[in-house]
Amino acid sequence: MRVVLAEDLFLLRDGLVRLLQAYGCEILAAVESGPELSKALAELEPDVAVVDVRLPPSHTDEGLQCALAARRARPGLPVLVLSQHVEQLYARELLADGNGGVGYLLKDRVFDADQFVDAVRRVAAGGTAMDPQVISQLLSRRSQDKPLGGLTPREREVLELMAQGRSNTAIAGQLVVTERAIAKHTSNIFAKLGLEVSDDDNRRVLAVLAFLDRG
Amino acid sequence: MTRPAEYLRGQLISAVRGFALSFLCIVASTVLFCFSVVSIALVPLGVGVLTTPLVLAAVRAHADRRRLLAGRWTDIRIARTYRPLPADGRGGIAGHVERCLLLLKDPATWRDLRWLPVDMTAGYLVALLPAVLVLYPVEGAVLAAGLWRVFTEDPNWYGFVPVDSQASALAALALGLVILAVGLRYNSTLLRGHFALAKALLDRPLEAELSERIDRLTETRHDAVDTSAAELRRIERDLHDGAQARLVAMGMHLSTIEALIEKDPAQAKQLISMARQNSAEALTELRDLVRGIHPPVLAERGLPDAVRALALRLPVPVQVDVDLPEGAVRAEAPVESAAYFAVSELLTNAVKHAQADAIWVDMSYAAGALRVSVGDNGRGEAAVGGGSGLSGIERRLGTFDGVLAVSSPAGGPTMVTMEIPCALS
Repeated sequence: MRVVLAEDLFLLRDGLVRLLQAYGCEILAAVESGPELSKALAELEPDVAVVDVRLPPSHTDEGLQCALAARRARPGLPVLVLSQHVEQLYARELLADGNGGVGYLLKDRVFDADQFVDAVRRVAAGGTAMDPQVISQLLSRRSQDKPLGGLTPREREVLELMAQGRSNTAIAGQLVVTERAIAKHTSNIFAKLGLEVSDDDNRRVLAVLAFLDRG
Repeated sequence: MTRPAEYLRGQLISAVRGFALSFLCIVASTVLFCFSVVSIALVPLGVGVLTTPLVLAAVRAHADRRRLLAGRWTDIRIARTYRPLPADGRGGIAGHVERCLLLLKDPATWRDLRWLPVDMTAGYLVALLPAVLVLYPVEGAVLAAGLWRVFTEDPNWYGFVPVDSQASALAALALGLVILAVGLRYNSTLLRGHFALAKALLDRPLEAELSERIDRLTETRHDAVDTSAAELRRIERDLHDGAQARLVAMGMHLSTIEALIEKDPAQAKQLISMARQNSAEALTELRDLVRGIHPPVLAERGLPDAVRALALRLPVPVQVDVDLPEGAVRAEAPVESAAYFAVSELLTNAVKHAQADAIWVDMSYAAGALRVSVGDNGRGEAAVGGGSGLSGIERRLGTFDGVLAVSSPAGGPTMVTMEIPCALS
C-alpha cells in the first residue's frame, strides 16, 4: 500500500511513518505543510493519503481543505483524515460527495495499531472509517427519534459499528457472534430504518451514515 | 447619488416634518418651560417639591420625543443621559423631597431646562423655515396669477418686492421661485440643523462623556481581569487534577511494569493496559479542556462554522443563518472567542432552562458591528441580572464594548441579541 502522509509535528509524523512501515506500507512522501501535501497528492498517485486536519502555514483546517480539493480533482481518492478533535461538521463535508474512500479518526486511535492500520486499509480499498465519537454523536442526536427506538440494543450496537465502517466479519469478531447472526441483524436494521439493502459493504455504510446525518 | 425625484421628495418631506416640529417647539417647549420655571421657583415654598418631579417627567418625555425623531428622521443620535432614579425610593412626602432633590441635582435636568427656551425660539425658527421656504413661493405664484389686482391702491410687499402691477407680480413670482429653489436645496440640511442644535444642548458635554467612558473602561477592564484570572484558575485546577495526575499514574505504572515484567508477566500486561487507558483518558480530558479554552473549529474556520459545529452537538435542531460579507468571516480572535462562548451559553440555556425544541441563530454584520441573535421557542422568562448567566455574558461582551438585549416574555419565545463592534477580515 502506497501512502502519502501529512502531519506537521515531527514526533507524530515520525511515529506514523514507523508504524505504517512496520505494517508493510510504502511511504511515498511524509510532508509537513498544506502546499507540500497538495503537490504530493497531485504528483504521486498514492493508494491512500493520511492527513492531519491542521497544517501549516495557516494552521487552520488546511489539511482537510487540501484533501477535499484533491478528491474533487480525483474523485474517490482515498483520504484518511486525522485530528485532535472530531466534528460532525467536518465528517459531513468529507462524506458529502458520496464517493466513499473516506476516513476521519481521532489521533488517539493510533494507540491501537492493529485497528488503525485496518482503518487505513479499509479506506484505501474505498471503504469508510468514521471515528466512534462521530457516530455516537450522530446516534445521541437521534436518540429521541422513533425510528431508532425500534431497534433492539444489540441492533443499535451493530448499527454503531457498521456506521464506523466495519465489515460484517469485523463486527462479528468484536461482538463475539457468528457472521450469520450479524447478517441477520443488519437486514433487520435496514428493514426497520426503511433503507435499501445492498450487497456492497461501502454503499451500505454510506447509506447508514446519510440516514443518521439526516436526523 | 439618489434620483432627482427621490431627492425632491426628501426635501418636501423635510418641510412637512419641520412644520410639525415647529408646533412642538412653540407649544410644548413654551408651556413646559413656563411650568418648570414656576414649579422650581415654588420649591422653597414647598408646593414646588410636589409639582417639580411631575413637570420634569413631562420635560423628559418631551426631550425623549425629540431624541426619537432625531434618530428616526436624521442620523443624529442624541444620548439620553439622565441619572437613574432609585427604583425603591421611599413613599410619602419624604420620597417626594428625595426625588425632587435628585432630579434637581442631575446636570441633565439643567441641560433640558437650558434647551427649552432655545428650542422655543431658535429651534422653532429653524424648524419652521423649511415649511416657509416651500409655502411662501405659493403666495408669489398666486399674486402673479392675478391676486395682485386686489393691491393696486396699496402695494403688498412680497419679500422686498412691492406688488401693485402684473410686472411686479411677476417679479414676486421670480423671487418666489428663487426661494423655492433654496428650500428644495437646503430643507433637509435645515431640519438636520434643528436636531444638531438640540444635540448641542441636550447631549452631555465632551468632558462628561469622556469621564463616563473612563468609568466604563475601568469597570470593564476590572471585569476582564477578573474573568481571565478565574479562567486561569479553572484551567490550572483541571490540569492539576486531570491530565497531570493521569500522567503521574502512567509513570508509576510504567516503573512498576519494569519491575514486574519478568517476575509476573500477567500482572505487567494488566498494568500496561491500565497505563494505556490512562493515556487515553488524559487525552480526552485535554481535548475537553482545549475546547473550553479555544475551540479548535473556531481557530480553524471562524465563528460561523464553529457555531454550526456547536449546533450539530445539541440534541435540539438549531437553524443557523449567516449573512456576513463575502469572504470575510474572521473577526479578531478575542472577539470571535467571546461571541462563540456567548452563543454557546445561550444555546445551553435554551436547551436546559427554556426546554426549547427549536432554536435559531442569526449572524450578520452591519455598521462596523457583528450582530448575533439566538432565539428559541422555549418557556421564556430569561432576564439579565440577579447573577444570571446572561449578566456574565453581558460583562464579558462589555470588554469589547459589546451589548446584549434580551426579550423573553413568560411563555416565550426568547430572543437574545448581541452586538459587538469589530472588523471582519
